[in-house]
Amino acid sequence: MLLSDTSESSTLPPPFSGYSFEKAYDEMFDADGTPRPAYKKLYYRLREMPLETLHQRQQAADMAFLNQGITFIVYGSKEGAERVWPYDLLPRIITREEWVTIEKGLAQRITALNHFLKDIYHDERILSDGVIPRALVYSCCHLRRQMRGLHVPHDRYITIVGTDLVRLPDGQFAVLEDNLRVPSGVSYMLTNREVMKRVLPSLIDSYGVQPIGHYGQALLSTLLSLAPHGRLDPTVVLLTPGVYNSAYFEHTFLARQMGIELVEGRDLIVHNNIVYMRTIGGLRRVDVIYRRIDDDYLDSLAFHPRSMLGVPGLLNAYRAGNVTLANAIGTGVADDKALYAYVPAIIRYYLQEDPILQNVETYLLSDDQQRRYVLEHLDSLVVKAVGESGGYGMLIGPYSTASQREEFRQRIIAEPRNYIAQPTLALSRAPCFTNGHIEPRHVDLRPFILYGDHITIVPGGLTRVALKRGSLVVNSSQGGGSKDTWVLDR
Amino acid sequence: MLSRVANNLYWMSRYLERAEHTARLIDVSLYHLLDQKSEYAMQRWNRMCDSLRIPSLGEEVDDTYSVTQTLTFDAANPSSIISCIAAARDNAQQIRERISIEMWEQLNRLFLHVKRTSMEDMWFSERHEFLASVKEGVQLFQGLTDSTMICDEGWHFIRVGRFIERAWATAALLDVHFLTSSQASEEPTDAVQSDHLEYLEWVSLLRSCSAFEAYCKVYTAASIHSHRIAEFLLLNAESPRSIRFAAAMIQSALQAIAKASSVRHTPRVERLAGRMRATLDYDQIEDIIENIHSYLDNIQKQCIHIHNAIYQTYIFYPIDGAMISEGAAQS
Repeated sequence: MLLSDTSESSTLPPPFSGYSFEKAYDEMFDADGTPRPAYKKLYYRLREMPLETLHQRQQAADMAFLNQGITFIVYGSKEGAERVWPYDLLPRIITREEWVTIEKGLAQRITALNHFLKDIYHDERILSDGVIPRALVYSCCHLRRQMRGLHVPHDRYITIVGTDLVRLPDGQFAVLEDNLRVPSGVSYMLTNREVMKRVLPSLIDSYGVQPIGHYGQALLSTLLSLAPHGRLDPTVVLLTPGVYNSAYFEHTFLARQMGIELVEGRDLIVHNNIVYMRTIGGLRRVDVIYRRIDDDYLDSLAFHPRSMLGVPGLLNAYRAGNVTLANAIGTGVADDKALYAYVPAIIRYYLQEDPILQNVETYLLSDDQQRRYVLEHLDSLVVKAVGESGGYGMLIGPYSTASQREEFRQRIIAEPRNYIAQPTLALSRAPCFTNGHIEPRHVDLRPFILYGDHITIVPGGLTRVALKRGSLVVNSSQGGGSKDTWVLDR
Repeated sequence: MLSRVANNLYWMSRYLERAEHTARLIDVSLYHLLDQKSEYAMQRWNRMCDSLRIPSLGEEVDDTYSVTQTLTFDAANPSSIISCIAAARDNAQQIRERISIEMWEQLNRLFLHVKRTSMEDMWFSERHEFLASVKEGVQLFQGLTDSTMICDEGWHFIRVGRFIERAWATAALLDVHFLTSSQASEEPTDAVQSDHLEYLEWVSLLRSCSAFEAYCKVYTAASIHSHRIAEFLLLNAESPRSIRFAAAMIQSALQAIAKASSVRHTPRVERLAGRMRATLDYDQIEDIIENIHSYLDNIQKQCIHIHNAIYQTYIFYPIDGAMISEGAAQS
């Protein structure tokens, strides 16, 4: 599926006169320019609203974010520092029926992946049965051998998951990737809704949108439900790398929402294989740690020896069953981009069901035939490095230069296991208020799934927008923005 | 409350109180020195540095201009106003969620204001205004703390920090003044001149403690006598600038912290604070004045002991015996 370069100019009335159509699915309009049923109210409201008012509403939203100090840090940019969260005023709307399918599909997927993780670190049945090549799993840089045979409380490896979905030109949602280690973005999802309610209250009121404000409560009860057995009044903490981390705002936000202590590694101490936090009242035992630190930095005795961020001895406490980590150590083996291609097989293996949500077609470059095909078609494919996130380490074929493609060719030949390729997707587009009028931009969707003693999925998720016209890169670390996501309740 | 957070709040508060005190001392000194002999100036500055416990400034700092510059704007000097405010802000940044947004914004504003002012800006036209703005900036922060922050253990740690710093600094300042005046009375000088000078010095001491007007209400401006000043600054129960008042605040803050943190046995820190307060409650100036130096020295030592005890009880305690057993009654 190639991205079309030629777009038909629109014959839509203002403020949509700058709107254009492509092969990509348009969230708001169908093929002949009629607004889809879910977007009709928004359409008519925008037709009536003077552009100046829209502009004012956008500015009010920007001020709300600025005043609350909602920022994030973009590494490597020229200013290098905090930026105000780029927010687009127009909501992205999902129908109730669409959401029911998404919800079922996500629940199925996360259940299967949890089984997979337990299996990989214990009996390895899926490997003995030849469903997944052993070499693929063992060569994954996120596999943590220390987890072999380690009993995880409640067998729950993945508690907080952010799965990225895209809508394909045929209107179906597909999974682009799972994020099973330290997914972020939920604070922006919640704040986007707060700001929307303040800035366009009558619009959201007229629609009937499912609420999302209970996320903090749901997260806390999820974490509490996973405390080690026998702990009657468990203490939950959020472990942050500290004020200089790009997601620090989210850490403080969530800790406050849940009413739990926000701790750094230096606040915790492991004594007799039990984790304690240093309070002014003495050492208080910690039962569940929502950790926002990568595996490698968690424990200088077990992993990276020079990490100052972690808690020495944490792995020992974990082995002894005295603390729950959300998410568990070593979950990265299941969100490895090469393993992604096997997730449908994983669902079938553990659940004996067909996957409800489709994967995107993926080429595994460790396979000779697939690799040959990919190397011949680099200009039309997207190549991703398996271990990276945040949109880095990626080649977008149709937008690349010959020298970039050559660089990737060399990298692929050198380390084929570390790369996968996918067709360049025409991500769906949603209307954005930009440059003084309304234009479509590519979007994706990241719902957040909580898996404690049961699965909770807050309706919608974070819709990320590629702010530059024509860009496909939605990640905030590279300058993407976001929208409020509405799942209708009728 | 995490020990680390308590530590940050305590030091944020101490550094701000220190910045305010230093600003006030410099302001009063500059004013005082305007119509004094210049050879007198460096002596006075050195005494001021003694009272702030600042080690020698170095030989190249030898006049009013360079002393003012070093003590106000020199980021390399840890005792300067800018260093104290920067340190306060660093501490606050680590625990931003614990203080109100108004407090953070005010502290940030104060920091930027001092950072953006140069010695030249200040020296030629606005010395008093600038130093007053530093004082007011800190006082505004303290006011915001009292009106926007929840009065939990964090608020009490801020209070404890402020008043330990105040008690300690006031005692040191009083000590240096008494030492100087007793030395002066032993030297043969022009009696009328030195009377004048003494009078002005005592007034400047009171002004340095922001206590001149309050003193005059209690004793009248006509009776500026050293033992009355000592009585006022040490033993007055109502003036917020007195050491006795500070001791009462320290004790009440520590009691509140002990209650909030549910530490089971009465810690040494509370006894030390209680003892300091009781001494100041019951002592009379007549008993103290003969040995004022050792009395003031003792007050400073008690402040240090209380500080150390706070650390041992709440922040850097050893592990053994520090576990909170579950099911313990929370008072």
